[in-house]
Amino acid sequence: MKLEDLRKMVEKMPGEELPEGGARYTVVVGMGTCGIAAGAREVLAAIIDELEGLGITDVIVTQCGCRGLCEREPLVAVTAADGEELVYADMTPERAREVVASHVGRDEPVGAYTLDAGELP
Amino acid sequence: MEELSLHILDIAMNSIRAGATEIAVEVTEDRARNLLAFAVRDNGCGMTEEQLAQIHDPFFTTRDTRRVGLGIPLLKQTAEQAGGGLAVTSSPGQGTAVEARFELDHVDRPPLGDIAATVWTLVVTNADVEFEYRHTIDGACFEVGTAELKQTLATRSLGKPRVAGALLKYLRERERRLAEGRDAS
Repeated sequence: MKLEDLRKMVEKMPGEELPEGGARYTVVVGMGTCGIAAGAREVLAAIIDELEGLGITDVIVTQCGCRGLCEREPLVAVTAADGEELVYADMTPERAREVVASHVGRDEPVGAYTLDAGELP
Repeated sequence: MEELSLHILDIAMNSIRAGATEIAVEVTEDRARNLLAFAVRDNGCGMTEEQLAQIHDPFFTTRDTRRVGLGIPLLKQTAEQAGGGLAVTSSPGQGTAVEARFELDHVDRPPLGDIAATVWTLVVTNADVEFEYRHTIDGACFEVGTAELKQTLATRSLGKPRVAGALLKYLRERERRLAEGRDAS
């Protein structure tokens, strides 16, 4: 594949501008040393692959550093447009796909993996 | 960490926490010199001589969320166990360069691993940072930069899910071709 082939691949895709008012959700993957060692890179790849598969485009995916809860990494925070944040702990690629499909896709948080208020330092 | 590419991700994320807007990642494999080397160079805030003297100490960190910094000490230990070493140069306001060297055929050298996924992770999660990546294997080279990618793909963000998905396929294929010795450029 040449760069030109990549351009053609992307060119065929429908426009992906964020809606007015910004992203519906921001998904943040913990990428400190602790997160990376626990598998954050593979969790990120699963999140983006799931978003792509579901055709979800009004979401921003980004990273953050260590949040002080290294033993529960990989952590994934999902923040709604109104600022409300839920943090998921002990993520695996499979669990992260579940979170994307349910929380981001259907606005139904996955209670089984969320941290309780006060668990983050 | 089981892969050198995860160390590279970790070091480059340090660059981002240091406020870098430009990061160059270079990986070199050279069978004739029995060498695997990588370097991460940034234009971040840099470190003072005093900070630089302490970075190999796991109990030194500039972060306030956790009091132990393991990334650099682990990488140094891994490099030294594989017949190589680690060099960090930095000055305040000028940026930092981290260079690691390993004996290519040393039994204790971890595999490079999924370097395409590392480069991709950096690019898609840091829309405001420009990356230059170069991977050389025995003189053959794959080079890519975010400025060129953004211009070619006519997008300001390479992190949009569908663009990102296509980009990962592209990086994986170019890395595979390079490893198979099929890229002459």
